[in-house]
Amino acid sequence: MITLDDVTITYGIGPRALVAVRDLTLAVPEGEAVGLVGESGSGKTTVLRAVAGLVPYATGQITLAGRRVDRRRTTAQRKMAQMVFQDPYGSLHPNQTVDQILAMPVAIHRLDRGEARIAQVLAEVGLGAEHRYRYPHQLSGGQRQRVAIARALILEPRILLLDEPTSALDVSVQAEILNLLSRLRRDHGLTMLMVSHDLAVIAHLCERIGVMSRGQLLEITTATAMANNQVTHDYTRELLRSNAGFDRSSVSSGELDVAAG
Amino acid sequence: MATAPVPGPVSGTPRAWLLSPAPASRMQARFGRWFRAWLGFSRNPLAMSGLAIVLLLVLMAVFAPLIADRQAATLQVLEDRLQPASWQHLFGTDELGRDIFARVVFGSRITLTIVAMVGVIVVPVGLAIGLPAGYFGGVVDTVLMRITDIFLAFPRLVLALAFAAALGPGIENAVVAIALTAWPPYARLARAETLTRRRAEFIQAAELQGASHLRIIATQIVPLCLPSVIIRLTLDMAGIILTAAGLGFLGLGAQPPAPEWGAMVSSGRQVLLDQWWVATIPGLAIFIVSLGFNLLGDGLRDAGDARS
Amino acid sequence: MTDTLLAVRNLRVTYPGDDGDVRAVRNVSFTLGRERLGIVGESGSGKSTTGRAIIGLVSHPGRIEADELRLGDTDLRGLSERGFRKLRGQRIAMVLQDPNYSLDPVMSVGQQIAETHRTHLRSTTRDARRAALEMLQAVHIRDPERVYTMYPHQVSGGMGQRVMIAMMLIAGPDILIADEPTSALDVTVQTQVLAIIDDLVRSRGMGLILISHNLHLVSSFCDRVLVMYAGQVVETCVAGNLSEAKHPYTRGLLAALPQLGNRRAELPQLQRDPAWMADLA
Repeated sequence: MITLDDVTITYGIGPRALVAVRDLTLAVPEGEAVGLVGESGSGKTTVLRAVAGLVPYATGQITLAGRRVDRRRTTAQRKMAQMVFQDPYGSLHPNQTVDQILAMPVAIHRLDRGEARIAQVLAEVGLGAEHRYRYPHQLSGGQRQRVAIARALILEPRILLLDEPTSALDVSVQAEILNLLSRLRRDHGLTMLMVSHDLAVIAHLCERIGVMSRGQLLEITTATAMANNQVTHDYTRELLRSNAGFDRSSVSSGELDVAAG
Repeated sequence: MATAPVPGPVSGTPRAWLLSPAPASRMQARFGRWFRAWLGFSRNPLAMSGLAIVLLLVLMAVFAPLIADRQAATLQVLEDRLQPASWQHLFGTDELGRDIFARVVFGSRITLTIVAMVGVIVVPVGLAIGLPAGYFGGVVDTVLMRITDIFLAFPRLVLALAFAAALGPGIENAVVAIALTAWPPYARLARAETLTRRRAEFIQAAELQGASHLRIIATQIVPLCLPSVIIRLTLDMAGIILTAAGLGFLGLGAQPPAPEWGAMVSSGRQVLLDQWWVATIPGLAIFIVSLGFNLLGDGLRDAGDARS
Repeated sequence: MTDTLLAVRNLRVTYPGDDGDVRAVRNVSFTLGRERLGIVGESGSGKSTTGRAIIGLVSHPGRIEADELRLGDTDLRGLSERGFRKLRGQRIAMVLQDPNYSLDPVMSVGQQIAETHRTHLRSTTRDARRAALEMLQAVHIRDPERVYTMYPHQVSGGMGQRVMIAMMLIAGPDILIADEPTSALDVTVQTQVLAIIDDLVRSRGMGLILISHNLHLVSSFCDRVLVMYAGQVVETCVAGNLSEAKHPYTRGLLAALPQLGNRRAELPQLQRDPAWMADLA
């Protein structure tokens, strides 16, 4: 469903150009959920944005459902992949009601039965009529994220891209949203590409997990392999170790040193 | 948020309808939002005084014929010239025997017309230039901003004078002259706001959904720029009124016998020492209205800050 | 070994609201010795407000009341801003999530650290600079002279937090309150920064309060854990024994966390019982 072949993404031009992603190759079959983990600067979010068509890529090829896509896309191409962003505060327009936020994609793509679609998608994400005409600041973080998911779903995409969808949420709310995403994926047969720094969250939703560091895809592993520490790369091992909570003995004094870059 | 429970407004009243946590329609949501903003605004006594002054100006302009005698504003009764305040002439008479009170009241119409017309020109022009500059960046930004810089390089009053002199006397020309010099800061403001919001995630979400540039600018960015532009306008009103008064003072705005406040101050110059009211009363009117707009603008800005 | 550094009994923080008072912290009690105490909760639980109340950063119109709020021999109740300023840095310090909140952007970081030293210990410029360099070394910065001259915007992430820690600890406070000190950092850097805090707190015999939303982190790092919900402490655990937690909120929270080795089709969602909101005391 999604393929990336030798994709390189750079920011800026000339000598100051920064290579954010280097020679990345990844395939996500239809109906599968693949996760990308890594720390800041690993390039994982950039990959997601390139697939979404928000940033251009320099070399290589990205295809969705077999057809090549670039930064500029037609309205029809946009329909295929939608994204849920990390920050529930920032991804909804502060001056628009939930109803207006959902009405815009309907208007852009000239979908029929707009009224029914809005009501239906709200019900699917677990929101009610009482939320429909509220403004974002009148909703909780979890409710906002549900609206963001509803907005992504209303166009009936085949691909759902997720950028740290639960990082900004409380633990109890995170569980609700993760369950919602699982259910929606099952019900709609969605293909998912998800980015997170939280290994447990990624392992919960995704079958295969790609580990990235400094723009490169180091390895592709599975949740089970991670749980049993059967991973190839040392970096992945380090990630797993840090993920398991604080263990003073895991870090020697020499490793604590840092120097100004 | 898990905090102690909070009681809501009494149900069934209009206030309850406006403050309802579950609005049932777009209209209810929008009115509720304005009502909440109003509540915040109304808690500020200075802001409310500003609003009162501006409302007074509007009412005075609208009901002028009911408040004062239109004839008295232009009727010259030379025997009665330069009279101090009396029951017949509440603010006295000017150097041509005209009733100053009536002139101030009818002059408010001219003042209001000028600020309204300038506002109506300046805000759309500023947005039309600043928004694309901020949104598209690059060449578009450079060209538009350099044009803005050219207008900004001139001192405002001098440029207004030049335009007024070139266009000829009269209120409409005065309005155009003022508007032509007042729009650049609004373009810059619109551009700055757009640059701030350009990378916001909700803009990217709109892009993802296939929204065109026009749709994004019109539905997403304009509503975010408008509040600061309008607040800027109210704070600018004082300056616009003073510029109009300045033009009137120099004989370039409204022409006699129109009771424009600036022209009244000008003609009262010669008798300032002995018959101080002729120049001072219209001057006070200018001062009070400018103050009113300033307080209103401050209040709007504080209300906006408090919410965000 | 744990003489009481901080004693808190029935701490209450209230904010006036449009429709009645908001009780952000309700009757929180605990003591802190030379140990690491964790306070865990979700947003709105009152954990950050508790930390701020102790260090006097609850601003008007919030009100602080307590039956006892004592730092050593000093009564913190009703202490003026001036009184708190004397304490901050010298006897009690706070590290926040984003160093940019606490660092002056127009001064080099070294100068700020030295200034803290001079202000509280009335040292000479030379002594203060030497102390600052030593402190930078103590937080494992390999080239302290170079970092001394850098500005806050040049120093970010893990390095920024180290600078913060250096600045906060240089005047030798008895207690450090750390409010989400590593939440904005990458996970490998988190471990390093926590190790540095751990070493410093132990070697100086300080008390540490670590405030966080991350249950596992707090439980693996601290000696004791307080779990807060709706302004109250609903559970006290000895760290490492989280699995034996008794309160349904804590158990619900633990169950709702996705676990790497235990893949469940659906995560058990926390069912909030209104009874948890009731006053405990």
